[in-house]
Amino acid sequence: MRKITVLPSPIAIVSSSAVGGKEEGEGPLGGGFDLIDPSDSFGQSTWELSEAEMGRVALNIALRKCECSHEDVDVIVAGDLQNQCVASALALDSFGIPLIGVYGACSTCTESILLASALLSMGSNQTAAALTTSHNLAAERQFRAPTEYGGQRPPSAQWTATAAGAFILSKADKLVTNGNKSYPYVPAVKDFMIGRLIDGAIKDGANMGAAMSFAAVDSILAYFEASEYSPKDFDLIVTGDLGSVGSSILKDVLFEKLPLAVPKLTDCGLVLYDMKRKDVHSGASGCGTSASVLASHILPMMRKGELSDVLFLSTGALMSQSSLLQGNSIRGIAPAIHLSAIKNDNYEVK
Amino acid sequence: MDIYTKQGKKRIISEHSPHSRLGLNMLKAFLFGGGICAFGEGLRGLFLSLGIKSDTSTLLVSMIIIVVAATVTFLGVFDNIARHAGAGTLVPISGFSNAVTSQAIDARSEGYVLGVGAKIFTICGPVILYGLASGVIYGIIYYLTGLFGW
Repeated sequence: MRKITVLPSPIAIVSSSAVGGKEEGEGPLGGGFDLIDPSDSFGQSTWELSEAEMGRVALNIALRKCECSHEDVDVIVAGDLQNQCVASALALDSFGIPLIGVYGACSTCTESILLASALLSMGSNQTAAALTTSHNLAAERQFRAPTEYGGQRPPSAQWTATAAGAFILSKADKLVTNGNKSYPYVPAVKDFMIGRLIDGAIKDGANMGAAMSFAAVDSILAYFEASEYSPKDFDLIVTGDLGSVGSSILKDVLFEKLPLAVPKLTDCGLVLYDMKRKDVHSGASGCGTSASVLASHILPMMRKGELSDVLFLSTGALMSQSSLLQGNSIRGIAPAIHLSAIKNDNYEVK
Repeated sequence: MDIYTKQGKKRIISEHSPHSRLGLNMLKAFLFGGGICAFGEGLRGLFLSLGIKSDTSTLLVSMIIIVVAATVTFLGVFDNIARHAGAGTLVPISGFSNAVTSQAIDARSEGYVLGVGAKIFTICGPVILYGLASGVIYGIIYYLTGLFGW
């Protein structure tokens, strides 16, 4: 049986921020974003630098929201979609915060929050940050075709989000600063389960949601097998970017194996964009999808007390252009974190 | 449902994956592709009526379509047309032009030698390589058949 790691004390997400581009701003969650750049460039000369700048801005906003300075952060866990996680490296250059870079493809958001909370639980670190970015045009350039190349995408293809999510984490019994007085609840990581590699069986880079869906199935089934909780104890079971194809596979399989979970399912890739818009096809993808939906929508709802328990699984499709051309199928991974809203003792009614 | 074997997963995926709207896509490709060809044919007629030789007129038409497609790519419009037109803009020489110019624009930030120079034919490389190779093979056959007077 797979193991769930229960943290000795919950690790609070004391502040979060979401930054995005034009399409994200015009989507149904646009109002929840802290900053939107309609040019997608964030004032930079290349798309790669734009992604880095977006991450830098997101982290600064998250720090400001909890009245923290970068010097208060003991460690940051960060990742993106670019080779060697270079967007994170360029974004964090000026902060001087000790860094752990993670590459989990689209599972990066959950992975980085999971690692940051594990590090905080070990004792010596008090405050950690997690940062995840993806940029549509930087990803297109690296994984697919030039940004101005004219092609037709199949209906199963997804749209890489231009979005960043930054999170500041702290031990729940030592909430860092005064910045969190304004909400009655604080979302916190209670426990987590590390994802397992699951073969997605296909080599089609334009159908990643389907390839990742089996990893989501695996993690959800394993979590509820190992845990004392039932799906009934959760308000939502949120997957990262399965899109419409992957979500429909997940629903179908769970309907047979764990029907209680089905009504709780929702997918970040299905909610970030207006699905009728041009070229979104099966939904949003990219690690910024789950990071920005968590920061702009799910965490704010938890802070207000509208959601109490959420199982959050960013789903990653592990592959490269070479691995696909060489005939290797896509591997999926879906780490899970259990977020729970805890009462904020510092809450001051205005 | 068999989610534990490759075959089982593949079956589930194909049951859930939507198909491209072939009929609509083919109709749009026909209209856009046909439009480009009609435009080219019109230009050719114009050049011929101006007394330009047939070979030169054909060449001029290709060059004009290349330049128009490159300009539209540069203006950031080509991909918006091509997402509807599909093969309609890909198959005529406009697709070749777009593949080269879009790659050049993209590689510009990496410098003119190792960026633009090395990467400009990344997408249309196969067309150039196999186009030239088949030209060579055709040439040899043409030569040999000529020897025997066929």
